[in-house]
Amino acid sequence: MEIERRLHIRKEGSRVSWWTGWIRQWDLQLMVVPAMIFIFIFSYLPMYGVLMAFQDYQLFGGFLHSPWVGLKHFEAFFNSPDFWRVMRNTMVISLLKLCFGFPAPILLALMLNEVRSIMFKRVVQTVSYLPHFLSWVIVGGFVGSMLSTDNGSVNMLLMSLNLTSEPISFLSVPEYFWGILVGTGMWKEMGFAAIVYLAAIAGIDPHLYEAASIDGAGRFKQIQLITLPCIRPVIIIFMILAVGNILNAGFEDILILATNPILRDVSDVIDTYVYRMGILNNRFSYAAAAGLFKAVVSVTLLALANKAARKMGSSLW
Amino acid sequence: MKLSTGDKVLQLFIYIVLILLGFVTLYPFWNSLVISFNMGSDTSLGGITFWPRVPTFDNYEVVFQDSRIGQAFMISILRTLTGTILSVLFTAILAYGLSRHELIGRRFYMVFCIITMYFSGGLIPTFLLLREFGMMDTFWVLVIPGLISVYNMIIFRTFFLGLPAGLAESARIDGCNHIGVLIRIVLPISGPVVATLSLFTAVYHWNDWFSASIYINDPSLIPIQTLLKQILNSNIVTDQLQSVGNAAAQDRLALVQSVTTKSLIMATTMVATLPIIMVYPFLQKYFVKGVLIGSLKE
Repeated sequence: MEIERRLHIRKEGSRVSWWTGWIRQWDLQLMVVPAMIFIFIFSYLPMYGVLMAFQDYQLFGGFLHSPWVGLKHFEAFFNSPDFWRVMRNTMVISLLKLCFGFPAPILLALMLNEVRSIMFKRVVQTVSYLPHFLSWVIVGGFVGSMLSTDNGSVNMLLMSLNLTSEPISFLSVPEYFWGILVGTGMWKEMGFAAIVYLAAIAGIDPHLYEAASIDGAGRFKQIQLITLPCIRPVIIIFMILAVGNILNAGFEDILILATNPILRDVSDVIDTYVYRMGILNNRFSYAAAAGLFKAVVSVTLLALANKAARKMGSSLW
Repeated sequence: MKLSTGDKVLQLFIYIVLILLGFVTLYPFWNSLVISFNMGSDTSLGGITFWPRVPTFDNYEVVFQDSRIGQAFMISILRTLTGTILSVLFTAILAYGLSRHELIGRRFYMVFCIITMYFSGGLIPTFLLLREFGMMDTFWVLVIPGLISVYNMIIFRTFFLGLPAGLAESARIDGCNHIGVLIRIVLPISGPVVATLSLFTAVYHWNDWFSASIYINDPSLIPIQTLLKQILNSNIVTDQLQSVGNAAAQDRLALVQSVTTKSLIMATTMVATLPIIMVYPFLQKYFVKGVLIGSLKE
């Protein structure tokens, strides 16, 4: 009996009430309930707080005493000239990141898989992961130094090749910004993102390659006919996640790299816009409305992408 | 196995691309390191690439003399230590609770947690909530909101569920309560997963600059990354140079004149990067495993 009580074995048909059972495992519940209260406060209260998008939030009245204004802030956001600019930047930056940033780690994993020297492979991997662990501030420092007009390495290289006669101020020219942003993102995350694909490739049955090689398929054919089809499910899952993230065009990277206000026309995306309007300009309700709009579109996109993927035979849930 | 000509070309191509890639990845880091060790006034003449021309520690001397940088460094260390220890501990406690099959309400609790992975209030409501709690300009605003990580909880829980059930049961029969089982039995045999999640959490805390930039105005509570961001964004450094010049004795003046904004920024950047480089070998050992456990859940 004592043992059963300690192990909380519930006998079939025993009439121990829910509450008694709960009290008996108080030490176990004590490990979970405080965390639930914590999650309620720090995750669920802000979710409820999103309703401030329908208020005129007053700093001194707080959420409870601010007047309700319906869709006012949504209308203001949709009718503002900023809306189209922000949406265009969000979509363009996202699509550029998808087109270049998404295939890059797959290519890297495929290339690493072809390397025969274990040492070389390990060194390249170690080097390629490193930037993932650096703060965006530090990456920003590197980019600023590389592209600097004051003897930055890129300008020195371009000038020694006679491609430009005087240093280009890369971070103040709107035309270059998207390229710099996407390139820096790839520099930082490509190696790390390749890990998952490398693991998927490592899981492929080696007999498939042997058979293909006996049939006369070269390495290139083998990649095309064995490796890629075998890691297809992983690629699709990451594709779905990427589509769900399409409105997450970037945040930290843009805040760090686009410090020059000249770039605002090309650098403002929804998230940075919410930050600027809300935190810097104190237009809390307006910013919350823009944020909520983004969240709703994101969830819808994720659901749609998953539906499409289910038709192709894989799904997130 | 003999390689065909086509395969050899492919191999050559891959080696060249990977070497280039490695170079491009390392060069910015190396170049910044070189600039941080080169005399500032010499760097501004140009041509510094792979090796310092006039090696010096002056830049670092100025950085270490600056009390704000030292203070910010301490805040970062303090926040990384408390944030990591508390977060990993509380997350492990929750994960252990949720890994027990007899927990009443287990499904509800799990769903309650997982919902927060897909939905969040967003930046503005979270900001205003913490503000209404009076957490602005406190050290704890850097630590408390991240105490429980649902993502890490799931990794912990998956690991705990994979442990042999008999271990915990025998301790329970010997009269140990759940907290005892977690601390005396489960955590000691969970070394790898504790290490992985601690390293990830520590890297997050060390690298985070954004939360301090919105929640903290008090200069004495700013962590190093946020300070570095401020330095990169403005001309704070020039003031700093002047203040060093005024405060320090005359013999410092020569030193200050040779140090430039750029060389100082690079030295500060290196100081802020150093801890990451120091833990990187350990990170390397554990994170591949961590990433894979994480992605299985996706």
